[in-house]
Amino acid sequence: MSRIKQKFEQLKKSNNKAFIPYVMGGYPTLDACERLVEILAEQGADIIEIGIPYSDPLADGPTIQKASQVALSHGANTRNIFEMIKSLRKKMDTPLVIMTYYNTIYHYGEKRFAEEAASVGVDGVIVPDLPPEEARSWLTLAKENALDTIFLISPTSSDDRIKKIVSVSSGFVYCVSLTGVTGARKSLPSELSGFLLKIRAQTDKPLAVGFGISSGNLAKEASRLADGIIIGSALMDLIDDSSIEYDKIGKFVKNIKLAIEGS
Amino acid sequence: MILPDSEGHFGKFGGKYVPETLMKALAELEAAYKKYKKDKDFNEELSYYLRHYAGRPTPLYFAERLSKHYGAKIYLKREDLCHTGAHKINNTIGQALLAKRMRKTRIIAETGAGQHGVATATVAALFGMDCHIYMGEEDTKRQAPNVLRMKLLGAEVIPVFSGSKTLKDAMNEAIRDWVTNVENTFYIIGSVAGPHPYPAMVRDFQIVIGKEVKKQIREEEGRDPDYIVACVGGGSNAIGIFYPFLNTKVELIGVEAAGFGLESGKHGAPLAKGDIGVLHGSMSYVIQDEFGQIEEAHSISAGLDYPGVGPEHSYFKEHGLVSYGSITDKEALRAFDFLSKTEGIIPALESAHAIAYLEKLAPKAKEKLIVVNLSGRGDKDLETVAEILKVKL
Repeated sequence: MSRIKQKFEQLKKSNNKAFIPYVMGGYPTLDACERLVEILAEQGADIIEIGIPYSDPLADGPTIQKASQVALSHGANTRNIFEMIKSLRKKMDTPLVIMTYYNTIYHYGEKRFAEEAASVGVDGVIVPDLPPEEARSWLTLAKENALDTIFLISPTSSDDRIKKIVSVSSGFVYCVSLTGVTGARKSLPSELSGFLLKIRAQTDKPLAVGFGISSGNLAKEASRLADGIIIGSALMDLIDDSSIEYDKIGKFVKNIKLAIEGS
Repeated sequence: MILPDSEGHFGKFGGKYVPETLMKALAELEAAYKKYKKDKDFNEELSYYLRHYAGRPTPLYFAERLSKHYGAKIYLKREDLCHTGAHKINNTIGQALLAKRMRKTRIIAETGAGQHGVATATVAALFGMDCHIYMGEEDTKRQAPNVLRMKLLGAEVIPVFSGSKTLKDAMNEAIRDWVTNVENTFYIIGSVAGPHPYPAMVRDFQIVIGKEVKKQIREEEGRDPDYIVACVGGGSNAIGIFYPFLNTKVELIGVEAAGFGLESGKHGAPLAKGDIGVLHGSMSYVIQDEFGQIEEAHSISAGLDYPGVGPEHSYFKEHGLVSYGSITDKEALRAFDFLSKTEGIIPALESAHAIAYLEKLAPKAKEKLIVVNLSGRGDKDLETVAEILKVKL
């Protein structure tokens, strides 16, 4: 059983929801990022997403765009982020998921990417610009290497597409809360619960809600009808380009965990 | 075989590599385009505006002095005489008419040189639509007159500060806007790039160029030309003029921007120097580093300053249907000056690349019949050229 699947089953048994933070790999530096992932795991992150920065992140808002640019300018790349994950994997059992754009995978070589990711201890990948239609070759390689591929569903997805996406998605299903790019928001759309119910009607796979969640209150709201919540930009907003105040991060995580407990 | 296939692929190129949020919008656009492509009213309205508003058909002009100089028979397809000064209007009229039928009231577009932005702002004004143009901050400086034009036409010009602050970043930002405002917004892409159905749809709206050439050259010369030359950034003017001549004896030549030289690393020639990758929603040749990070392109001409190229051009290259050459900034500038002085036509710096290619083609094409697509006029480039010539405007 995959580490991700196992994690969701555990959480379900204890009637808990997954807290899934996202960090940009190599932001602000590789060392600081590695320490950040450790802190997140220590503070109880259930699954951790690690981004591989891309020059043209068209599904991302200003926060992640800036984090990508800084990470790239500090020399982060697919190879050294894999190295970082390898080192992290020795220290933790938390499921680790890569989030990146398709060109970084395609140009690295899909096969090479899948094999190296699996060998350093990656559990799954999220590729926001790879819809199922274009994912045939990747899905074969991911399966061969026991990697989960987490697809995204958006509020504009039709019932037919939802059906198709939940059938190919493994690990969990990424439910995009709003029509827009990533980034912290002050509120979530009122249609969110209807949207999640619509997806739930089609699948028993775990549902995680992401995009826009910025506070304990929104985390609580989003997690009510889902199995987990994803927070990226709001977390990255706490980091400045040169250093990380790990205390601040710790507090933020605690607050979110508390908010979604038993929701 | 008719390309693209039902999923928008030209062989391995093209496709739809976009966030899930846009998949519905692309499907709707595809369905609408399919429907109206064959619709009598739509085509009549399109023809009407192309003729009475854009000024089509554009002349196919026999460039006598240019021909004498090169010892070949050279015709120029005068897209520079279109309303707004370039071929871009052919496509924006088509897409705006489609937007109207799809009841989208808000128009967005990206622009590099500003020609597509102006052509979009123009049709938005014509049809009374709300218009927002994304333009790299670097380009707003290089192409200041076009920024003013767009504003005069009632469009909002939004400078883009991310990445290299040029066309590719403007396109990223336009896609982000579309993801956010997908319900009421129509995204008018200006080239044969982007996700399916854009490469095919923009091509279809630009085919009018090649269809006219076919008719005009047969009237003038009683036969097809030996060569057709066009510049390639995203590649819309080239595909438009090439398409009716594909798989014939006509030799088709696309000219990419070699910038400071193909070996300098500062160019806009993905077909010559790039690798296959995904940019802006489709698979094609792209200028990128070993980790798939898109690299900055460089060309003196903002319209060719793009690290990608339309996916169908990649298909043409792989199948040898079109040959592709390149021209440096310097060569383009020389051609810009030369055409101005020999024919009294100031070309756009983009089109100057196609003109400059005559220097390479003519020695092996003595007495041959050559058509060059003069895709745009040079008014917008006066500041760029003035800076190089150290002239104060």
